[in-house]
Amino acid sequence: MGSMRRSPQPPGRWRRWRPGMVSPLFLVPAAVVYAFVVIWPSVQGAGFAFTDWNGLSATKNFVGLQNFAQILRDPPSTGAVWRTLLIAATVTIVQNGLGFLLALGVNSTIKTRGVLRVLLFAPAVVAPVATAYLWQNLFSPTGPLNTVLAALGLPKVDWLGNPSVAVWSICIVIVWQFVGYSMIIFLANLQNIPMDVIEAAHVDGAGAFRRFWYVVAPEMSPSITINLMLSVIGGLRTFDQVWAMTGGGPGGATDTISTLIFKSAFKYGEVGFGLALALVLTLLVAILSGIQYSALARQGR
Amino acid sequence: MIKRYRPTTLLLEIVMIAATIVLFVPVYWLVNLALRKPNDPAPPLALPTQPTLQNFANAWVEGNLANASVNSAVVTVVSVLLIVTMSSMAAYPLARVARRWSSLAFGFFMAGLLLPLQLGMIPLYSTMRDLGLLGSVWGLVLFYVGLQMPFAVFLYTSFLRSVPIEYEEAALLDGAGPLKTFFHVVFPLVRSATGTVVITNVISVWNDFFTPLLYLSGSGQQTLTVSLYSFVNQYSSDWNLVFAGLVISMAPILILYFFLQKTVIKGFASGLKG
Repeated sequence: MGSMRRSPQPPGRWRRWRPGMVSPLFLVPAAVVYAFVVIWPSVQGAGFAFTDWNGLSATKNFVGLQNFAQILRDPPSTGAVWRTLLIAATVTIVQNGLGFLLALGVNSTIKTRGVLRVLLFAPAVVAPVATAYLWQNLFSPTGPLNTVLAALGLPKVDWLGNPSVAVWSICIVIVWQFVGYSMIIFLANLQNIPMDVIEAAHVDGAGAFRRFWYVVAPEMSPSITINLMLSVIGGLRTFDQVWAMTGGGPGGATDTISTLIFKSAFKYGEVGFGLALALVLTLLVAILSGIQYSALARQGR
Repeated sequence: MIKRYRPTTLLLEIVMIAATIVLFVPVYWLVNLALRKPNDPAPPLALPTQPTLQNFANAWVEGNLANASVNSAVVTVVSVLLIVTMSSMAAYPLARVARRWSSLAFGFFMAGLLLPLQLGMIPLYSTMRDLGLLGSVWGLVLFYVGLQMPFAVFLYTSFLRSVPIEYEEAALLDGAGPLKTFFHVVFPLVRSATGTVVITNVISVWNDFFTPLLYLSGSGQQTLTVSLYSFVNQYSSDWNLVFAGLVISMAPILILYFFLQKTVIKGFASGLKG
């Protein structure tokens, strides 16, 4: 190293490199791969949404808004769009509500808090497709859930076979797996709230509820924003659980935007139509993220 | 919040333990069934009378899980190494240069956080097909590196912005060039961001199902999640075998998690705070 030492002002006319002037060459590899995998295909996808492309042929005819009109006319598609929004909303409310309660629990002085944190987060690290198969068995007509219901003298439920129940069963699986994830994010936020503020409120005679409502709750907006963002976007993209447990059935009753895109493109050869659905999904994600972002910006102010 | 153990704390403790047990009933069922012989006379929710490991051996062989585990491991390790290298390098000018091109490039990367992969999936599929990358784990690696770039770049950039520039100036005085400064000074300084990037990406790449289903289906090369998918479709009546397969697929990531629990939890919690 010592022999490498040069004087800080080297001779020569070219401008010397300075720490604040890092070369843009550093971002070239990342930008090239990212443009190839994400940006260019997305631009193409958005364009092909206005064509009748079947995925194989070289010809793509421009059809204007026809694919979008077809989405509106096609009950399975509108059904899937509403169902996707329903899943996103249900998962967001239930998962974050329960996750917050669990975070309060493991942020208390209970002796098992360390172990419980680790256990409650554990389902979030395994593959959603694997937990989906586990639940497919739990939900089966002769499975353990119905065995328990029968033992309690309750009627059996056709968890995945009944069209009006199946979508809720899917929400249960998602919440079960990711409630610990919401908990961990709320917990990190709770631990960042300065203790002295809470203690000062306690000294001032504020009860547990008032301490929570006036001191803790206002500090929670960062984790609330992140959790809402994650579960709304995750819910809108729901695919694995549906594909593994019901394949979108019975009779399309659990199809989401993502499973319909997959079917349109790879089963029915209607790639243009599938991409129109994908563009609808993109708009939904963008609109909901935009709302979240502006809410965050307002809080920041 | 106030450090004392009271009767209400005990009550809370009981409620929390009960909630955790309820959450873990499905896991009990998973392990119970995986250890059972198909004709075990014990009632469904009771422990098996003669626990066996035979299901694991059968699932391992019949699901071709050895091959799939190797593929999953290769894809995960190579993808994560490339993601870490490329995204940290990209973050260096983004965090340090206060020029217009730098903020434009940052916006370019951040656009990817909003684009759902469903939009580009099908055009990319046909491009990969034309390039002969379908059915190859390398096509999958290329995909993950591109897909995960925005979030990793975002993490590294926001982390590096909070690191003082003085270390780099000191390296300059020592005569180090930009590459040397990056690898010997900057990269070690951002190691906690590296921890987050590694952990979140190992988990999401290892667990991904949609992409390998699309890119590897019909080929001899499968990752664990896709092997499970075809395995379950093939043996759907034999749940003991299927559950043993599920346990095998979950085990590596769970073992990793229980060994590195603090780091993993911190990685997820801090990474998302940005």
